[in-house]
Amino acid sequence: MSVRDDFTARIPGGDAGLIVLILLGTYLAYVLAGLVLGYTLRGQLNSIATLTFYIGVFAMLSLALNLHWGYTGLFNIGIVGFMAVGVYVTAIVTKPTYVAGGAAQVGGLGLPLWVGILAGMLAAALLGLVVALPALRLRADYLAIVTIAMSEIVRFSFLSGELQQFQLFGNRVGFGGGSGLILDFAPPLEALLRGLGLWNAYLGFVDASQVLIPTNPKPVVDGLVYGLLLLGFVAAFYWLLKRTGESPFGRVLKAIREDEDVANALGKNTDRFKIKSFMLGCALMGLAGILWLVPQGAVTPNFFRPRVTFFVWIALIIGGAGSNTGSVLGGAVFAAVLYQGPRYFQNLVTAVFPNLDSPSGFGQAISPLISQFDPVPFLLYTVDSIRQLQLVVMGLVLIWLMHNRPEGMLGYRKETASVIPLSRPQSTAADGGDDDSVRTDGGVDAAAQGGETDE
Amino acid sequence: MGIAETYSRGRRFAIERPFALVLAVIVVVLLGDLLRGLATGQTQFADIGTLVWDGLMRGLVIGLAGIGLSMTYSILNFANFSHGDYITAGAFSGWATTYLIAGLGRADIGALLLVGAGGSVYGGTLGIGMLSTPLAVVAGIVVSGGFAIALSLAVDRTIFKPIRNEDGITLLITSIGVAFALRYLMQFVFGSDVRGTTAQPPSLSLYFIDGTVFINAHDITLLVVASGLMLGVHVLLQRTKLGKAMRAMADNKDLALITGISTERVVRATWIIGGGLTGVAGYMFILWKGTLGFNDGWLLLLLIFAAVILGGIGSIYGAIAGGLVIGLTASMSVLWIPSAFSRAAAFVVMIVILLVKPSGLFSGRATA
Repeated sequence: MSVRDDFTARIPGGDAGLIVLILLGTYLAYVLAGLVLGYTLRGQLNSIATLTFYIGVFAMLSLALNLHWGYTGLFNIGIVGFMAVGVYVTAIVTKPTYVAGGAAQVGGLGLPLWVGILAGMLAAALLGLVVALPALRLRADYLAIVTIAMSEIVRFSFLSGELQQFQLFGNRVGFGGGSGLILDFAPPLEALLRGLGLWNAYLGFVDASQVLIPTNPKPVVDGLVYGLLLLGFVAAFYWLLKRTGESPFGRVLKAIREDEDVANALGKNTDRFKIKSFMLGCALMGLAGILWLVPQGAVTPNFFRPRVTFFVWIALIIGGAGSNTGSVLGGAVFAAVLYQGPRYFQNLVTAVFPNLDSPSGFGQAISPLISQFDPVPFLLYTVDSIRQLQLVVMGLVLIWLMHNRPEGMLGYRKETASVIPLSRPQSTAADGGDDDSVRTDGGVDAAAQGGETDE
Repeated sequence: MGIAETYSRGRRFAIERPFALVLAVIVVVLLGDLLRGLATGQTQFADIGTLVWDGLMRGLVIGLAGIGLSMTYSILNFANFSHGDYITAGAFSGWATTYLIAGLGRADIGALLLVGAGGSVYGGTLGIGMLSTPLAVVAGIVVSGGFAIALSLAVDRTIFKPIRNEDGITLLITSIGVAFALRYLMQFVFGSDVRGTTAQPPSLSLYFIDGTVFINAHDITLLVVASGLMLGVHVLLQRTKLGKAMRAMADNKDLALITGISTERVVRATWIIGGGLTGVAGYMFILWKGTLGFNDGWLLLLLIFAAVILGGIGSIYGAIAGGLVIGLTASMSVLWIPSAFSRAAAFVVMIVILLVKPSGLFSGRATA
């Protein structure tokens, strides 16, 4: 423990320094890979923008999950359901009202985007309340099953034809069924800048950037600025969760995680604390979902498959549950290495060998390997289906982590419920207090294990 | 017994069990709606008969697959999220065998082994069915069970055994990793398309009050195989020494250990029985519904969890009964709500049981 503490202590700037260091390292690796391939400046900037985007969303989502799992010990594997509700409610509130003959099949209420975002977060929090009421009193694995069932119910509801369109306040609105919704309103960046009265200044800035990118610089600049905005949101999430975690409220949450019965015995209404924490986390997940999907311009229900939940869990476990810095780091490492990495690799391969036609199925890929020991078709098929194999790799990484490093990169810094440090004092004086702290440490571990096998 | 006493008892019940009361009201309303539909001729008895039969078949598959999940849940003490992908793996291995035997000499062996990936061979063209190609189907059933046993033992040896003594959540997270690795490996090999696997089986038409209920050969096969295996598990658990050891282990691990029961032997037996049933359930599920895709097991898994929780974790009879309830709920719910929400209805039943009786219908009595 002390070695790792020393390592993080030696980095200038502490936690922020560590995050900045890792981010810089990641970007450097991406830029170097781009240089090797002779990417243009535009290509480089685009890949940086995409990377920043995914780092932002995964860091936000794993911070929100850290509030559930790392702080309160709520095993939520329905993250994607809360994201979906946030996005769809935002869409319904913000989409312009229905006009016959328009491109969109259904309209919305035509309200400003910030109203939509608030409504989306509120809806996600309310869904959290509905899920939490029956499930929170039960064991952790029941909550897991209820939340994942909920996320699939949400997806099937948005897929169903019955809710494709309906009337709301006299407007024709709907979820669009399997073909999804067109998000035909100003994306968050534009809405924010217009709201601040900076839109024209921004357009001027875009024009000025033609010095660097001669043709059509707007998408590139948009991507980069939106990435920065997301990083700003990550910082806001981080600040919010740090404040929450250090407040008396946060101490009760940590106490619940360690031993709910004890927290209860101390007169805390643990159900209420758990529900509040759950709803806050759900609202943040809804917000992260909105920031992820609204700029894409369209949304379909099948985006919200449980695999997104799985991504966020891996990000949190890589970083270390219980540590906010770890959550951000985990999100960044996951986005850069496991999520964007293989796709970038695929792009690299297709950029280097542009004229390869990979086999269309496993059969055509494997038969040359068996009959003529020709591995090329198999390798091509592997590269071609890297998006599936990526999930296999993630599964194996998760297994490896659970075997070898369940606490992740920074999980050893999990904050305890106590306000005073529980570690053994440096002085050699062995008095009653020393004895006490040892017992408390042991008690925490035992409680963490006992909590799950309870009942 | 006076009216006052009845009244006060009723009032006490309403205060103590509000959820149960609301539940009872909902059930009465739904039944009333159904009876009204029957009386006015909107709903036909034969429709209900068809739905009940469909739900029964679905319930048998869920129950059969649920036994394995329930056993590992109680003996190894974790919710195994990779169970759904054992179902899919069993189904793919079994169907590869069936395709190979039924189509040998008529199609490319590679295409047959990949269960017609990419539309290279169709099960309907090969004429696969219980009556048309019985040998291929029986071989498929055997292979699916065997493969699922081998897979679950291999996964247990390499992945779950080293962390056997960790808490349930660690194992649960690990099993999610196993699930995703297996599922997308299968997609990598077999492709992502949903393929038809069987030819239209011959069916019996039974006259039922005001219409016909169709029962086909694959329904009968499923009924026979599933009830036979369930009976077999019952005999194994109740009559053999191994069964007694397993029940003891599920009931109280420490006590079982000091009576000299070997943990690892029981764990191995659990995976063998559970894995075998799961693989066969996967095969029968595909035989019954006639299509196969790499996501089938995962989609079924949530219903299986609902069934296992409903029946009470650890009870195999609970898993069977829970499976039937969930299957019937999923099928019959279309009487009242749009079919897109039938899965949701099954989950709602599970949540209601969690509220009313969290330990499940069979009170979570271990493996008995």
